[in-house]
Amino acid sequence: MQYSATLSLSQSAAASTIPKSNYTVNHSLPFSPSKPINLRFCGLRREAFLGFSSLSRSQPPQSKIRSDKINCPISASLSDNGSAPKSFDYDLVIIGAGVGGHGAALHAVEKGLKTAIIEGDVIGGTCVNRGCVPSKALLAVSGRMRDLQNEHHMKALGLQVAAAGYDRQGVADHANNLATKIRNNLTNSMKALGVDILTGVGSILGPHKVQYGKLDSPGNIVTAKDIIIATGSVPFVPKGIEVDGKTVITSDHALKLESVPDWIAIVGSGYIGLEFSDVYTALGSEVTFIEALDQLMPGFDPEIGKLAQRVLINPRKIDYHTGVFATKITPAKNGKPVTIELIDAKTKEPKDTLEVDAALIATGRAPFTDGLGLDSVHVERKRGFVPVDERMRVLDFKGDPVPHLYCIGDANGKMMLAHAASAQGISVVEQLTGRDHVLNHLSIPAACFTHPEISMVGLTEPQAREKAEKEGFEVSVAKTSFKANTKALAENEGEGIAKLIYRPDNGEILGVHIFGLHAADLIHEASNAIALGTRIQDIKLAVHAHPTLSEVIDELFKSAKVKAHASGPIVNEPVAV
Amino acid sequence: MALFLQTTFLTSSSSLRQKPRLSSWASHISSSRARTRVHAKIREIFMPALSSTMTEGKIVSWVKSEGDKLSKGESVVVVESDKADMDVETFYDGYLAAIMVEEGGVAAVGSAIALLAESQEEIEEAKSKAASSSPTPSPAPASAPVSESTTGSDSVEKAVVVVPPSTSAMASAVHPASEGGKRVVASPYAKKLAKELEVELGRVIGSGPNGRIVAKDVEAAAAVATELGSPAAKVSAAPAVQAPPGIELGSVVPFTTMQGAVSRNMLESLSVPTFRVGYTITTDALDALYKKIKSKGVTMTALLAKATALALVKHPAINSSCRDGNSFTYNSSINIAVAVAIDGGLITPVLQDADKVDIYSLSRKWKELVDKARAKQLQPQEYNTGTFTLSNLGMFGVDRFDAILPPGTGAIMAVGASQPTVVATKDGRIGMKSQMQVNVTADHRVIYGADLAAFLQTLAKIIEDPKDLTF
Repeated sequence: MQYSATLSLSQSAAASTIPKSNYTVNHSLPFSPSKPINLRFCGLRREAFLGFSSLSRSQPPQSKIRSDKINCPISASLSDNGSAPKSFDYDLVIIGAGVGGHGAALHAVEKGLKTAIIEGDVIGGTCVNRGCVPSKALLAVSGRMRDLQNEHHMKALGLQVAAAGYDRQGVADHANNLATKIRNNLTNSMKALGVDILTGVGSILGPHKVQYGKLDSPGNIVTAKDIIIATGSVPFVPKGIEVDGKTVITSDHALKLESVPDWIAIVGSGYIGLEFSDVYTALGSEVTFIEALDQLMPGFDPEIGKLAQRVLINPRKIDYHTGVFATKITPAKNGKPVTIELIDAKTKEPKDTLEVDAALIATGRAPFTDGLGLDSVHVERKRGFVPVDERMRVLDFKGDPVPHLYCIGDANGKMMLAHAASAQGISVVEQLTGRDHVLNHLSIPAACFTHPEISMVGLTEPQAREKAEKEGFEVSVAKTSFKANTKALAENEGEGIAKLIYRPDNGEILGVHIFGLHAADLIHEASNAIALGTRIQDIKLAVHAHPTLSEVIDELFKSAKVKAHASGPIVNEPVAV
Repeated sequence: MALFLQTTFLTSSSSLRQKPRLSSWASHISSSRARTRVHAKIREIFMPALSSTMTEGKIVSWVKSEGDKLSKGESVVVVESDKADMDVETFYDGYLAAIMVEEGGVAAVGSAIALLAESQEEIEEAKSKAASSSPTPSPAPASAPVSESTTGSDSVEKAVVVVPPSTSAMASAVHPASEGGKRVVASPYAKKLAKELEVELGRVIGSGPNGRIVAKDVEAAAAVATELGSPAAKVSAAPAVQAPPGIELGSVVPFTTMQGAVSRNMLESLSVPTFRVGYTITTDALDALYKKIKSKGVTMTALLAKATALALVKHPAINSSCRDGNSFTYNSSINIAVAVAIDGGLITPVLQDADKVDIYSLSRKWKELVDKARAKQLQPQEYNTGTFTLSNLGMFGVDRFDAILPPGTGAIMAVGASQPTVVATKDGRIGMKSQMQVNVTADHRVIYGADLAAFLQTLAKIIEDPKDLTF
């Protein structure tokens, strides 16, 4: 078992897992280590890498041959570049220093590429400054408020707590301080590794050529062998909605928590809307959801969505309108409240008018790709997104890849998650340095940090059944409950389920969905299993510490009924789903 | 441990699916035996076994309602087992003909919880079948909130007639968007509360921004409804809101529903002309009796209630009240309400027919009422039917105080502590006696000073010679 685990690591994890750990190390260090230390880090990592590849000799030989084959042409092209009349300022220029660009830059430096990153705003992008990071600070507060306000829960634990209150500015400061801290960590980690940070808005002038600069000095031009676009996204505001930043706001404003309205309408019930509903209701607001689809929480597995609605919506001070569009939202002025005009999503007939204290627009995010100069390389954007192939190569209007130009993260719209952007960036760098790599997006987990949390990886049940119908295989579903987990019961948080969607014939994991305490932390066992191609019959033999929440996942794997037997010491080839 | 847990919980969907299907087959087979005669198929939907240790399940909610068309694989009902809430799906197409166990009800594994008809024509037949086979679902303890019966539609009607003076000023502040009452603007929580408390939002006047109806308006409307339905009630319907266990200094904490109701009652009491008469009663005999029968579960509260009730038998005027300002209402029974302080408020459980019930039963009844009051499970008739109220602060060492008359009743008696006192007797000696002071507050429109004095004299006689209390 031990042996096989090591082997499976050597196959694809060498590409993604190890650089990831590097990312985390730098990310979490408040003071970045000095340069030599980092170099030593790299050296160590290389050694580890070598160690793995020596182990991997026991693999079937063809994979080794494959990687050799890929190595050859790349090194040839490198020498071509060297002999070319023009040499480049950088090996790699990344436009946009969000989590995607940062992940790519770190990995590129590790791989020995001379790297620059262009940022027109602040380092860290949406995630760090206006997204995941500050929202986690607010959610940490809301989680504690919820605990303290839940008298019944406290009594059940034998605790006595005086009425809980909060200081809005204090909460807002916590979110802001966290963003600042993480932003500094990110900046320092790049500086320490020797990534050049170029300030200004970047745009592409032509192949290998990028212009950047601010209004006063717009004309700086750098050349690079390869260019990665990682410009991210901005909140999407549908037309007819007037955002004033005070009473009609987007997540950008909401994260500053300048006010806690008595009644806030949230347009859109996806991750962002759901997380904000958790924050606002914990702080005393009442919430009205406005959802265009017929069901709240579209995009989640229906069963998880249903349970989540029972726990996160119904008992809270939340009501909702589904199947309606908000066609016109007018900010509050002259003593009048915010008005929201609703029409039926299907018949387009006026349905209702709401009057609330504030409205949060959480209808998704739009790519931030204006002014990138993509015309110069004959690229046509699709609804603002930069078209890419599965290797993140930018496609021109004919659908052919543009040489040396890549796009990662929200700007390509494949999977609008910070960690997906970072993984895509690392995948690109892998390709640039001679190792073909295709990222399996189905192995990328997603999480919604409500209380309790929701997390998922892979397919939902309807998606899996559709795929099974098409490809002619059988699908089974296994479920376990947090109510049967000792640790969850000790925390008095038995609400929640975990759900596994799998192929009973070969034990392949198609999707895992968790709703319950610390679901976001629990999903990685499943996402790693999918990434590494581990089958249920193998992973079910792995041991989990008792009593821990991870036993929920253990139970889940154990309750699956797989016809295939454990594969013994030899692990199956990873399967890109 | 992990393995142990696994055996107790195994709900892969395959097991979820098969169990209901198997149980449905059983009925299918029985009906197919009679296939020659009966083409119609009415299937029973059984309580599925969701885990190996599950013996009964609680219906959390019916996803479908009677008459709904069901197609195979759709969720019909949500069942809570000993481990989890699970959606139960149907494995037949058809119509949900009759629900036999309502939401909140509990049914044993394998017992029928609903009937599934194959065609619409069979729905009626299924319904009659459901009515004849009598399922006996035991209601789950938590499923009957205290409020239910007090917030019926009729009491809501009353809520409309009488708007508390404090909010009547708001009546002019009609919500600008409400289009003359055509549209109701209420906050999400207010809507939720209104549904729970069965308050019609169209008739609630909003006090929020722009006249919006907010939660406290609904609570007030519900509380008024309760109050009018039950004059002596000091508790309102919503069990949801509770005072926090501690008090934060410098903060302003809004009333809970109960406290709001108390506040309104207290204000209302100002419109009643009351007066007070005090009396000192020697309790040596009563104390001795108490000591003797304490072991049989008799409480001092029950003894006092009993003594008061016996005195009231002889003075019906004290047990009367003035409801309309023009007449005496002589109550047919003597119901002694006793004020009890509970977490964040005050409630008055009622010992009904205290004059007729023997002291032992009365004591048992009292204990039961107090337990219920603490659990907030008193039924309205258990707290709003009092005709005379007792309030006892003796246990704190309070020797005398006066009480405010609860609206709708004629008199309330404040009972102080019984204390050893040096007294001079008529024969010129000085002795030690235990004495307590009582102080009655009464509505002078129906009860006069002489009435009260006579009543107190009778009461003192009963307490000082308590043999009648244990008859």
